[in-house]
Amino acid sequence: MSTIVYVPRDSSALSVGAEKVASAISQEAAKRGIAVTIVRNGSRGLYWLETMLEVATDKGRVAYGPVKAADVSGLFEANFLNTEAASAKAHPLNLGLTEELAWLKQQQRLTFARVGITDPLSLEDYLAHDGYQGLKNALALSAADIVKTVTDSGLRGRGGAAFPTGIKWNTVLGCAADQKYIVCNADEGDSGTYSDRMIMENDPYVLIEGMTIAGIAVGATQGYIYLRSEYPHALAVLNEAIAKAQQAGYLGDNILGSSYGFTLEVRRAAGAYVCGEETSLLESLEGKRGLVRFKPPLPAIEGLFGKPTVVNNVISLATVPIILHKGAQYYADYGMGRSRGTLPIQLAGNIKQAGLIELAFGITLRELLYDYGGGSASGRPIKAVQVGGPLGAFLPESQFDTPLDYEAFTAIWAVLGHGGIVAFDDTVDMAKMARYAFEFCAIESCGKCTPCRIGSTRGVEVIDKIIAGTDRVKNIKLVRDLSDTMLNGSLCALGGMTPYPVLSAINHFPEDFNIKDATV
Amino acid sequence: MQDTLIDQASVQAGWSEKLDQLIAQYKSLPGALLPLLHAIQDELSYIPESAYPKIAQALSLSVAEVHGVVSFYHHFKTHKPGRHVLQICRAESCQAMGSEGLEAHAKQCLSIDYHETSLDQAVTLEPVYCLGNCALSPAVMMDEEIFGRVSKADLEALIHDAKKTEAQA
Repeated sequence: MSTIVYVPRDSSALSVGAEKVASAISQEAAKRGIAVTIVRNGSRGLYWLETMLEVATDKGRVAYGPVKAADVSGLFEANFLNTEAASAKAHPLNLGLTEELAWLKQQQRLTFARVGITDPLSLEDYLAHDGYQGLKNALALSAADIVKTVTDSGLRGRGGAAFPTGIKWNTVLGCAADQKYIVCNADEGDSGTYSDRMIMENDPYVLIEGMTIAGIAVGATQGYIYLRSEYPHALAVLNEAIAKAQQAGYLGDNILGSSYGFTLEVRRAAGAYVCGEETSLLESLEGKRGLVRFKPPLPAIEGLFGKPTVVNNVISLATVPIILHKGAQYYADYGMGRSRGTLPIQLAGNIKQAGLIELAFGITLRELLYDYGGGSASGRPIKAVQVGGPLGAFLPESQFDTPLDYEAFTAIWAVLGHGGIVAFDDTVDMAKMARYAFEFCAIESCGKCTPCRIGSTRGVEVIDKIIAGTDRVKNIKLVRDLSDTMLNGSLCALGGMTPYPVLSAINHFPEDFNIKDATV
Repeated sequence: MQDTLIDQASVQAGWSEKLDQLIAQYKSLPGALLPLLHAIQDELSYIPESAYPKIAQALSLSVAEVHGVVSFYHHFKTHKPGRHVLQICRAESCQAMGSEGLEAHAKQCLSIDYHETSLDQAVTLEPVYCLGNCALSPAVMMDEEIFGRVSKADLEALIHDAKKTEAQA
């Protein structure tokens, strides 16, 4: 009998040698005459343990990690496929039953329910793990009831803006038009975030299902996934998954025999961070430079090619199927305050145990950084974390007890964004980080509005003066003044939020700017 | 001086026909310009300026508009890159794990700065702002292959291999 061994195909797992591990296993098995079936699953998101391979047993999957290709022959020597063998149990890389790993067991995986468990491209696997149950329920509901279910779930845009998804859908539903669109924003450019990538590479059908439900709900027949060009693996997986879904009748005309039709196409972005902003994204999809549009009109009313358009993040859309499957209340029962449901949190940067943690809103940063993250990777104290990407505030240790909740973050002049947390140890120079924030804005500015286009460059220059020790107090005041202009005068979040990392760095870490206190 | 003005693609046999074919394939797509530019870059590894007039005509745009789009996006290249493109992530997560040292090391190993190509035409060096591999920072990408937890020695080995393939080709 052939034993099933799971080896992830996720690009982060590949980045530390998963492909070599997979081929070493098949070679070693062939050499020893042992029957092994290798299944390329997604990653469970315990990235410090990648390549984490799993052996299927009667009791569940047994994990080994982190495995290097060079470890494979030793694993066979220890009879690792026979997980009951004493030698397998004693192997230093044996992690025990995957489902019993505390890091995983304590999570509340709703959006990520299948990630790491299934073969991402197997439609059979998807169906066997509750796939397309949401769509089936949606097909039995009226459009208005689908939208109401999403509204009642309390789901808010997971891309960062946290706008209620159901309300956006309702606006599009209410527009009469000959053509409407569903656009998935997969331009995940925030440093420290990778949950969109994980969904697309490791459970592509859930995104396809979510977009299909959105199309049925608002009356859109065409969908586009605007995917960043830095994600070649996600591109390949999505295209293959779309073709398979189409073949099986889950996309195309008359979905599952209904009167609804929905077609889906992946469009490659081209390396412009600003195209993650929804109106810039629409310009880019139309084949133009990614210049931000004035709002109004809202994209929901005049979006892609001037038609009513739902623009949602990958995670928002990928969460729709479970809401339609289990019901609005099931999802809304998770979370705190006005932040309902779960958030796929991504730990990154200088952290010992980095990876994907899906939990209900409400857990604190400290719990994430120390209980899950295990502290810094370098072993030094964590000095600061940046939450929500390059436009998010830097938080000092004194704010680590803030719960992950949109409103709690707003209250401390910070943003939760897309749920990425980047940790820095005490070797970080916050003046350098503030400079980088301005520099990044200057590189990525679309150039349409002056505060962002010019302000970012002036910002770099002023920070350089502060670092050089020229008129520090005067120049800090100048940075505050410039930030005020950018905050209030920019057309979109790129210029409008660059002051978050800059000012939070000054306010919380004045010593790095060689000033006594931040009130100057 | 005159030599540098010669468009390298114009001397590639059959390019003109290939461009016509790509234009025919993509021009009726809604928002066709980006998909077409990607297709051209997939074919040639850059987008030659000599292609702009044909593209503009097919999509009812001005040459200036095509130029504007090509130059707006970091991904599109207007000059032929080296045989391999090495992208080093400069974003915060990788900075927190020492990407600055990697950047300096790559520049030193290749004797070039960002957006330049090594003398032997083996490697073009580009910055990138997040590869989505933030849990295994610092990250780099060689062509379309991604690498995580990259040490200076790993980077050197990657560059060494890239230079070797150049010699064989």
